[in-house]
Amino acid sequence: MLDYVKLLILGLVAVLAAIAASYARDMLYMIHMILVMVTATGLFLWQLRRTDEPVSAEVLETEYMDGPVRVGVALTAFWGVVGFLVGVFIAFQLAYPQLNFDWAQGYMNFGRLRPLHTSAVIFAFGGTALIASSFYVVQRTSAARMWGGGLAWFVLWGYQFFIVLAATSYILGGSQSREYAEPEWYIDLWLTVVWVAYLAVFMGTLIKRKEPHIYVANWFYLSFIVTVAMLHVVNNLAVPVSIFGSRSVSLFSGVQDAMTQWWYGHNAVGFFLTAGFLGMMYYFIPKQAERPVYSYKLSIIHFWALIFIYIWAGPHHLHYTALPDWASTLGMVFSIVLWMPSWGGMINGLMTLSGAWDKLRTDPVLRMMVTSVAFYGMSTFEGPMMSIRAVNSLSHYTDWTIGHVHSGALGWNGMITFGMLYYLVPKLWNRQALYSLRMVSWHYWLATIGIVLYAASMWVTGIMEGLMWREVDDQGFLVNSFADTVAAKFPMYVVRGLGGVLYLGGALIMAYNLWMTVRKGVAKATTTAAAPAE
Amino acid sequence: MTEEKHPEEQKLQEGDPDTTGHSWDGIKEFNNPLPRWWLWTFYATIVWALIYTVLYPAWPLVSTSTAGILGYSTRGEVAEDISSFEAMNAPVRAEIEEVELAAINPDDNPDLYNYAQQGGEALFMTWCSQCHGSGAAGVQASGYPNLLDDDWLWGGSLDEIHYTISHGIRNEDDLDARYSEMTAFDEILTDEEIDSVVQYVRSISDQEHDSTLASAGEEVFLNNCASCHMDDGTGDRFLGAPNLTDAIWLYGGDVASIEETVRYSRFGVMPPWSAEASDAGRLSEAEVRSLAVYVHSLGGGE
Repeated sequence: MLDYVKLLILGLVAVLAAIAASYARDMLYMIHMILVMVTATGLFLWQLRRTDEPVSAEVLETEYMDGPVRVGVALTAFWGVVGFLVGVFIAFQLAYPQLNFDWAQGYMNFGRLRPLHTSAVIFAFGGTALIASSFYVVQRTSAARMWGGGLAWFVLWGYQFFIVLAATSYILGGSQSREYAEPEWYIDLWLTVVWVAYLAVFMGTLIKRKEPHIYVANWFYLSFIVTVAMLHVVNNLAVPVSIFGSRSVSLFSGVQDAMTQWWYGHNAVGFFLTAGFLGMMYYFIPKQAERPVYSYKLSIIHFWALIFIYIWAGPHHLHYTALPDWASTLGMVFSIVLWMPSWGGMINGLMTLSGAWDKLRTDPVLRMMVTSVAFYGMSTFEGPMMSIRAVNSLSHYTDWTIGHVHSGALGWNGMITFGMLYYLVPKLWNRQALYSLRMVSWHYWLATIGIVLYAASMWVTGIMEGLMWREVDDQGFLVNSFADTVAAKFPMYVVRGLGGVLYLGGALIMAYNLWMTVRKGVAKATTTAAAPAE
Repeated sequence: MTEEKHPEEQKLQEGDPDTTGHSWDGIKEFNNPLPRWWLWTFYATIVWALIYTVLYPAWPLVSTSTAGILGYSTRGEVAEDISSFEAMNAPVRAEIEEVELAAINPDDNPDLYNYAQQGGEALFMTWCSQCHGSGAAGVQASGYPNLLDDDWLWGGSLDEIHYTISHGIRNEDDLDARYSEMTAFDEILTDEEIDSVVQYVRSISDQEHDSTLASAGEEVFLNNCASCHMDDGTGDRFLGAPNLTDAIWLYGGDVASIEETVRYSRFGVMPPWSAEASDAGRLSEAEVRSLAVYVHSLGGGE
């Protein structure tokens, strides 16, 4: 019965997409509708071939569902390499504008590739890592198979389809001009459907858990899923110009629009890149270190403090703008109060190693995870500091912000994800060990040196250009033109690009190492996929 | 699930604190208290936040917000900054508007000159560098003239520069803008005539050229171009007609650029800057004068 419903829906989607494509008012919309039509038709045929075939009788309720995790892990590594590659390219575009090739104008210039880079690393690499790891963690810590049958597959592939739609629209010029929320209305609607399914799978699994309590990692994952749903829906409230066109008009305007956007933008960092990844941290660090979490109390207090306070900190993105001073003050003080709740995660991560510090010498995977927590601590100190109005008056609009984001993204999100991948691949493919620990060490050092080059060069240019912008002579006249400040940044732009090359190089080594682990690794005797009996 | 059943159950070490007694996939949690320094720092930030929100505008009310007992506002801070410099500079600005332009020189009025130089440079960086470049060397590809040399289209004296900045060139916002329009010869001259006059222009500017074509071009030049560019090609500042005999080119002296100019003409526009002369102007008289002094001093002032 369900198969027929699926066939009906897929057929309907294919037909509607064909109609939409033929009425399309712009090329981007047409290409996307054709993409939808082709995908739906392909799935229809695939479904048709399976319908009424005998299903293998035993439903593996006793086993964890690791298929989507395996695919998600592979996709995470893939998107990581893609996202870093685009990042390196646009970094060099800034240093050498000639790389905005004439023949690729309108497709591959900096303005088009920049959102491609941010979305590829945050949503494709980070998002897929979160989905895959949360599927793994929620099953293990609930001692229950994933809820919803094939729904987990829908979440994983539906999310990938969202990424493809978003990426193609940036190249072709479709954008709502909202940072980290660039995709247009129909892509947003699709992501909403996928996200609700994600919430259902995650909640469903939690509800059928066999453990009496919900593990801390799952609180963080759940807060990430719920809050991102809310942020996504509110920030993307918009009226399409036509149901057959890609353009839309935001429901908000003026300073309300800016405030909504940065409420979203800041909490994308707070809940996507912080809460979600803390979920990852709370599972993989105790696992890799083989030590209990340092403090249960701290995990409770810092969890609730973090999610309560983070949501108010957005206005610090709008200091010295049309935003009223009172909102800017509140954004700033909440950001300062956020400092300790953020550091609660760092303390719990680092102190979990007490009694196991010696492992840092021998285990490069654990070293990677610990370094990520250290970078987390650093950027969650830097963030509150930059939110102080006086500091912000120097740092805002400069490369310091870019450096801050990247010490968080490359250091914290990147490194913890690499650690997660190194932990999961041998488990998921049932291997005794990683193909090469030496390669992990190489990856570790390349990535770390890359981050240092990146962050240091951006601090230097950021503070330099901030000082140059505000430099006035003894009679109150500005000393530098904007072009002077751009020219002065050139050497640091090259250093930043080189940092990116190192980071990308490390990721390529990782991809090879993981690939060889799957291909050549020695199989383990017992299967790990079995859920423990009650 | 009990401890023994899980294959990856974490083992405790000697001296470890108590755990909470739970275990998830083998992971346990210690029952450690909150680190004291963490807790007190957290409290301190909260106390600081409360104090700060009393001192500064913070809490939203129905149609306004608390103003904070320090009376601070970001706009007020900027306004104060600006007005302190304005007050400091007011006398010198007034004087700049009063004296003869020529009197603003380092010998007679060093203070005024110094102010005009610094102010002019800052104004140039803000309003002029987009076209003329932050070093004032212009952009030939777009026909933005170099202001560092002594080749002037409309005149390089202080007064002429002042006029150009005040009213601009070929704009529709200021009726006093400098205005002239070169004819586009594409449909007036034959292709041969255009080729020959281009070679003639190359010849009078001492560039490599085809002498047969160039000599044929001389007549074309005298009949069509000389009325503005003069018989000898040295141009006419009254019409903003450039000197064609020197090595300085507004749009380029190669064959293709000259041919483009002859066929389709050029129409470089500069906005008016004097707020007194037109609504489109953005600068006060003191500012226009400062700019004129600055540009005049760049190297080619007459």
